[in-house]
Amino acid sequence: MSDTAEQQRTTSEIDKVVIRFAGDSGDGMQLTGDRFTSASAAFGNDLATLPDFPAEIRAPAGTLAGVSAFQVHISDHDILTPGDEANVLVAMNPAALKTNLDDLERGGTLIVNTDGFGERDLIKAGYEDNPLTDGSLDGYQVYEVPMTTLTRGSVQELGIKPRDADRSKNFFALGLVSWLYSRPVDPTLEYIESRFKGKDDVITANTLAFKAGHAFGETAELFDTVYEVRPATLAPGTYTTITGNAALAWGLVAAGQLSGMELFLGSYPITPASDILHELSKHKSFGVRTLQCEDEIAGIGSAIGAAFGGALGLTTTSGPGLALKGEAMGLAVSLELPLVVIDVQRGGPSTGLPTKTEASDLLMAMYGRHGESPLPIVAAKSPSDCFYAAIEACRIAVQYRTPVILLSDGYLANGSEPWRLPEVADLPAFDPGYATEPNTPEGFLPYLRDPDTLARPWALPGTPGLEHRIGGLEKEDGTGNVSYDPVNHDHMTRLRAAKVAKVADTIPDVEVIGDTDAELCVLGWGSTWGAITAAVERVRRDGRKVAQVHVTHLNPFPKNLGEVLGRYPKILVPELNLGQLSRMVRAEFLVPATSLSKVQGLPFKFAEIEVAIRDLLG
Amino acid sequence: MSTTETPLDIPITKRKDWQTDQEVRWCPGCGDYSILAALQMALPDMGVRKENQVFVSGIGCAARFPYYMETYGMHSIHGRAPAIATGLAVTRPDLDVWVVSGDGDALSIGGNHLIHVLRRNVNLTILLFNNQIYGLTKGQYSPTSEVGKVTKSTPFGSIDTPFNPVSLALGAEATFVARTHDMDRKHMQEMMMRAHQHKGASLVEIYQNCNVFNDGAFAQVTAKENRESMLIPLRHGEPVVFGENGERGVALDTQGRPTLVNVAEAGEDAILIHDESRPDPGLAFLLSRLATGPTMPTPIGVFRAVERPTYGEQMNAQLDAATAQRGPGDLRALIHSGVTWTVTGSDNGRD
Repeated sequence: MSDTAEQQRTTSEIDKVVIRFAGDSGDGMQLTGDRFTSASAAFGNDLATLPDFPAEIRAPAGTLAGVSAFQVHISDHDILTPGDEANVLVAMNPAALKTNLDDLERGGTLIVNTDGFGERDLIKAGYEDNPLTDGSLDGYQVYEVPMTTLTRGSVQELGIKPRDADRSKNFFALGLVSWLYSRPVDPTLEYIESRFKGKDDVITANTLAFKAGHAFGETAELFDTVYEVRPATLAPGTYTTITGNAALAWGLVAAGQLSGMELFLGSYPITPASDILHELSKHKSFGVRTLQCEDEIAGIGSAIGAAFGGALGLTTTSGPGLALKGEAMGLAVSLELPLVVIDVQRGGPSTGLPTKTEASDLLMAMYGRHGESPLPIVAAKSPSDCFYAAIEACRIAVQYRTPVILLSDGYLANGSEPWRLPEVADLPAFDPGYATEPNTPEGFLPYLRDPDTLARPWALPGTPGLEHRIGGLEKEDGTGNVSYDPVNHDHMTRLRAAKVAKVADTIPDVEVIGDTDAELCVLGWGSTWGAITAAVERVRRDGRKVAQVHVTHLNPFPKNLGEVLGRYPKILVPELNLGQLSRMVRAEFLVPATSLSKVQGLPFKFAEIEVAIRDLLG
Repeated sequence: MSTTETPLDIPITKRKDWQTDQEVRWCPGCGDYSILAALQMALPDMGVRKENQVFVSGIGCAARFPYYMETYGMHSIHGRAPAIATGLAVTRPDLDVWVVSGDGDALSIGGNHLIHVLRRNVNLTILLFNNQIYGLTKGQYSPTSEVGKVTKSTPFGSIDTPFNPVSLALGAEATFVARTHDMDRKHMQEMMMRAHQHKGASLVEIYQNCNVFNDGAFAQVTAKENRESMLIPLRHGEPVVFGENGERGVALDTQGRPTLVNVAEAGEDAILIHDESRPDPGLAFLLSRLATGPTMPTPIGVFRAVERPTYGEQMNAQLDAATAQRGPGDLRALIHSGVTWTVTGSDNGRD
């Protein structure tokens, strides 16, 4: 920091880094994280993200409740999770520091916006003393940067008011961290141009702030090391960065194309599923009809009506909405019409934690309707898997004439990763096979089933000669006429269950990953896939034997699951609930499944699973 | 709802073509029989194809209706028929969608869906069988039961102020609202035809007698001997008069308050002229308030019939416009529409 010889700065190549940006809800941390992610994707790193934001739109500035964070893990190799702990924490104010410090590794890099650490800010965050001066941060590498001042300075020439200039401080932070990790700058500069098109002063301010942050890193001599994370060697192909919700929406569009059916989405806004409605409502040129209904029940009701007319009926929601849709799902089970009900799970019960992830709707998906009301369940395991899971859910619904529940969660919905784009020609087509002719010499029987699938024929209104009525009352096998006959009801109840069981004929067997002859098998479903895989790999690297199975079909289970699980004297089931899959497999297969449960509104850290594996192995 | 085919293309049907082989299970003497008969006699004159008719119902006695129509039909769940019918109507504009509902199904559990289907002007026809009671569950009061009604769930008398379905529909921006009753087949047929012809959401309230749980609820206005003096027929462009010789009429005082007057005394010029097509529903609403229940002179006929774009046509117009602008959807282009990058080479390193 003087006129002496230029500071020696080293460039260090590292294989990965986990960075968490944290600030007030109004500070633009999601945007910052998103842009850093985007630039890293363009650079070719593998990555995974974990956005973490509060439910309120704008909690009081500076409070703990208002902290919004974005964690991104970038790497030069294939990675599976957003990182158990951060290597770098960027804290824009004391509240952000307080809520996120525990997740920063010991000795980690802490970059703070000193301008955000005024007296009142400290009080709002519940600090009695200033952590920057009281020694409590001695265990970290702290870099104090007056980001707000420097941002204001960078845009001074534009004559912008300080309060407006402050809005660009997130770009300052982004510029600084981009410099520190040798990120390409063009993606961010291009983004600023296009995102704020038409608002020239915003473009200029953000661009100046970003460049100022970048330049600050270069010239301020605060950092003696710059880091490089080289591109990952991913499988050849064309990639894009995708969130689970976007992938899911595109998967639904794909299902429409693959089946030749018109999509109809009846939905109601609910966190964290609303983005699927938003995304699908853009794609009218695909013939996708979206209806934001008056409530959750109208959402599923209109989808059922559309399905009656031959459309691919869809409805999206989260836990509270799935609860509301229960009766209508039962109707769809009884009618035997195709329907896909998408539940992007979040923290429950009741209103719970709308913006935090959880996977506690599995038992509701299995059993959440009155009566014997079975339906198939599919669950996505990663953001990009949401695309394929959506197609699969639609395929099952259409082929078997049944409602299907597709489970995702908040972590997948908002998390992103690079996705190797498939060739459209490689995606599996499926045919609704609408009935056009009577199926008996005497006429059309709406419940006369296909012997292989037990699916009923699907005759659409408007087809001459096939007029029939369907309804929620119990019906006679074959004719579909209302029937209260005791033997018929028993028969129909078992038939509906048998049809769902037969879905297993067309789903793949589970694969065992790792050591098939291990003593312990880790069984997972949903978004635990990344953390489980990372944990299993770590344990196996030490020479311990571990097997891993991940199910994407929860009902019916794949045909070989029972036999596979039966080989293992120890089964660990990590779940973001109090033990739902573990309960199901114990009931179904009488296996000794041990539940590892976490209900914190956060995904598993792979270390948590690793510890449990080692404990069980002994 | 209109068909683009010429009348000569449509197969001729008779009443029996619309009847199913299912035994009708309503109670003997139920008003639903005459409503069913009226519709099955009206349909042959509507110039429609059987396979294009779809009846969607919820739960209740009225909701058994689809089983007795030889068309497509769905007997769904309590209160949800308008929502289900909306999904069908907007995706299949080629069909004639009917909703059959009762006062409980439509105005209690289904109230929310009812007001939204009307607000949206979804192209369908709602037949609302109002018997002022819950029949299928054996005699509880309904949202249209009169204050003080003693029923199984209100042994001390109902304290609920009832809905006026016509007023409610008008308040929900319905573009076609009519009322008829189960004792006048010709009038029912006329209302059904008008409702069917109307492009948009039509609601026809039908006073229906439940002879088991609420017998005679409407007799004061619908019994043959009472009709002339107790029903006020609304005819577009004509004076609102009633009585054996049209001697009674509706007049507005200088403050806009409606009163029932003797035409001779008040003078013909004082009598209100009905106007179905008035853009603002105020007049129709005012007429709907002439009676607080079927115990005083009650207006029947078409209260309102205005044109407004239907939900389905607007929704489909947006699809057409998007396709015209961007071309039909291209899945490959969609998945490549974000920022993409290409990786060449072979190895896949893993930690």
